[in-house]
Amino acid sequence: MKCQHCDRQAVFHITELETGEVRELHLCEEHARTYLNQSEAAEAPPGKPGGMGTPLGVGQTAEELSVLDQKTCDMCGISFFEFRNQGRLGCPHDYVAFEKELEPLIANIHGAAEHVGRRPQRAAAIPMPADGTEGLTRVIGLRLEMKEAIAREDYEKAKESRDLIREIEETWLGPPTASPSPSEPTP
Amino acid sequence: MKIDALTDSIGEWLRGTGPESDIVMSSRVRLARNLAHFPFVSRASEQERLDTEALLRERIAASPIGASLEYIDVGHLEEIDRQFLVERQLISREHAEAQGARGVAIDGREQVSLMINEEDHLRIQCMHSGLDLAGAFAQIRAVDEEIEKVVPYAFSAKWGYLTACPTNVGTGIRVSVMLHLPALVITRQIDKVFRSLHKISLAVRGLYGEGSQAMGDFYQISNQTTLGKTEEELIEQVGDVVPVLIDYERRAREFLVRETQENVHDQVSRAYGILRTAQTISAEETMQLLSRVRMGVLLGLIGDVTIPDINVLLVRTQPAHLQKIRGVELDTNDRNIERARFLRHHFEGGSEPVN
Repeated sequence: MKCQHCDRQAVFHITELETGEVRELHLCEEHARTYLNQSEAAEAPPGKPGGMGTPLGVGQTAEELSVLDQKTCDMCGISFFEFRNQGRLGCPHDYVAFEKELEPLIANIHGAAEHVGRRPQRAAAIPMPADGTEGLTRVIGLRLEMKEAIAREDYEKAKESRDLIREIEETWLGPPTASPSPSEPTP
Repeated sequence: MKIDALTDSIGEWLRGTGPESDIVMSSRVRLARNLAHFPFVSRASEQERLDTEALLRERIAASPIGASLEYIDVGHLEEIDRQFLVERQLISREHAEAQGARGVAIDGREQVSLMINEEDHLRIQCMHSGLDLAGAFAQIRAVDEEIEKVVPYAFSAKWGYLTACPTNVGTGIRVSVMLHLPALVITRQIDKVFRSLHKISLAVRGLYGEGSQAMGDFYQISNQTTLGKTEEELIEQVGDVVPVLIDYERRAREFLVRETQENVHDQVSRAYGILRTAQTISAEETMQLLSRVRMGVLLGLIGDVTIPDINVLLVRTQPAHLQKIRGVELDTNDRNIERARFLRHHFEGGSEPVN
């Protein structure tokens, strides 16, 4: 389906409920953003965007949405807007960064909000901490910091990040293994 | 490898053995897993994809299950070979069409497949012939337990296994059974059945997974939710409904034989006749007709064909398989001619050995 305002693919399908009237909008990413920001400025009525991969809690206003969309994960940098758009999260930390936003969505999908199944059994030497693997997921952000430090030629900081990454990875994965070459996988 | 070696063999799930294999083609369990220290695949840079691919490939190869697995670098395969693996149900269509570093490790019996860098870093699949969810789960669990010892899976106490899409979070498990339901289709009861399945939040798909149309009366039933229940409960959710569907299908088959025997006999015989004599035939028509013949065999109306035979033909008449068997690339027209020739030859008794 095409966007109502241009030739691009409509990725946002919005249903507005206005005083008993139902209005449907089909918009591309850019026009959706404009529309949502506008309705924020104009004290929009409660909107209830829905549709493919636009996971939203019920009863969020356009204003709340717009604020929420700008929220980003400080590990992988994905914004909530991007997630809503693609329906795919950026990294494991998103479940922490967007916890409040994901909770109603996940409850809606699964009719539950708590895992009760299996847990990974880690080697005895490296037990699973209470907060799961958050401690290791940190290295995604550290890699980004290291890259940025290199870009601005702050090698001191880059080295610091690198050492920290190594230390964390070693705790979780054990010492780096000798890599067999891709053409001869270890039997 | 290896792809060429696969052309001559058949996968375990095609054997037509196992409980209820007259109706249940196969039972499949898959687990979605991710590494804790990398972005999910869709967010990963080219280098990060290379890193996750290498880490998983190397560590799995070095683990106790490594020796039984063959690794295929999907990123460097020709399109026809990727399509071949899709037809074989060893990789998903998405995995075949994706970009970047990715691969699949499979065991010799084609029961276990490990897709690396699909939507999640790791998708483990285990497929058994007939109705055997418990067996498939036991096997996949053993594989999962070996891998979790050597790589850190992203996990949270609250959400469980963390996945790229929140629809898979928690157990990350998808349990599915492939059913052959021709009598429910002929007696027009199939829609009613599916509506009731949706009500208990089970999904219905075609033979080749998400978005695929049900072809040749083959349907996949699977769980839709993955959080808030244990793996065993989710398996039960699917497993409990299968005997009911089997019972419906059996009763519909009995009804057909009892009430419309001549009609049914005519239908399956015509289907068999076309398969044995056609000069050009599409993959869709082949599947539809093989489905009818399969039912005819099960009803005792056709005697000289076996169920494993038909199961194998269902896969070998798919476009990529046909071209691999013939060893040349063919356009649609030539494929249809070649497919008809392959079928005629097969039914004339010149059948290539099954495995």
